[in-house]
Amino acid sequence: MSAADPNRLPSSVVREDEHLLVAAAKKGNDASFEELVNRYEGKILRLTRNITGNREDAEDAMQDAFLKAYSHLDEFQGDSRFYTWLVRIAANEALMRLRKRRPGQFSLDEPLESDSDLMPRELEDWRPSPEREYAHAEMQQILSEAVEKLEPEYRIVLALRDIEELSTQETAEALGISASAVKSRLLRARLKVREKLNRHFRKGDLN
Amino acid sequence: MNCKGVIRELSNYLDGELDSAIKEELDRHLQHCEDCTMVLDQTKKSIEILCDSEPIPLPADLHARLHSALRQKMAKKEN
Repeated sequence: MSAADPNRLPSSVVREDEHLLVAAAKKGNDASFEELVNRYEGKILRLTRNITGNREDAEDAMQDAFLKAYSHLDEFQGDSRFYTWLVRIAANEALMRLRKRRPGQFSLDEPLESDSDLMPRELEDWRPSPEREYAHAEMQQILSEAVEKLEPEYRIVLALRDIEELSTQETAEALGISASAVKSRLLRARLKVREKLNRHFRKGDLN
Repeated sequence: MNCKGVIRELSNYLDGELDSAIKEELDRHLQHCEDCTMVLDQTKKSIEILCDSEPIPLPADLHARLHSALRQKMAKKEN
């Protein structure tokens, strides 16, 4: 762990520091806002990539999210973490672009069809610590492919809940859908990711 | 509770969002069902791996573009 990499700092340290930076930025200290951008740009880019599944849209959505956050900073009340607020803005920017590219092709709040397809098909033992057998970059590649291949309605919920670690309620608010819609999509998303990782992690099949 | 019932509640179970009565039922099923236990453990592991997902480092030109757009906005605000 490098002290220079704020993404790896314990969250309590990040939170305390974040609070001071936000307070200074709200008083007009632009250097503090830039520090917040430096801190979160990689995470926000990861989020917009996971939502749009498209590099160009992800970069534009990330940039517009930070510009919008700067313009609307006085509306941030501090009742959530600044990062959570930022994630909501970025998720909206990314969703807007995804909807433009794939109009009417996915819905986040329509009831899901029957759960007849819910039962896992690929049941095989995994090696004891499969993630440690891969080089860091290789593991990140496996992960991003597994997420990218999910349908958008599952990918988006998974990105907010299990990668950005928002709560069910925060995810529901960010996407403007019910908590039960978040939960039903999250269950399917998690089962699908397990199945995709199974192809890499099963015993006797190091690939 | 049968296997389908367990899978339906799997996410809520892992998130600690189940009523104690349903959780107990699910725990009882897991004691004798190897398949459901395997799916549960592997899904838990998958979530742990997702949580460890790394931010994407910005290429230098994208970082420069972002900060330049930001400074333009900041300069406009000051004027």
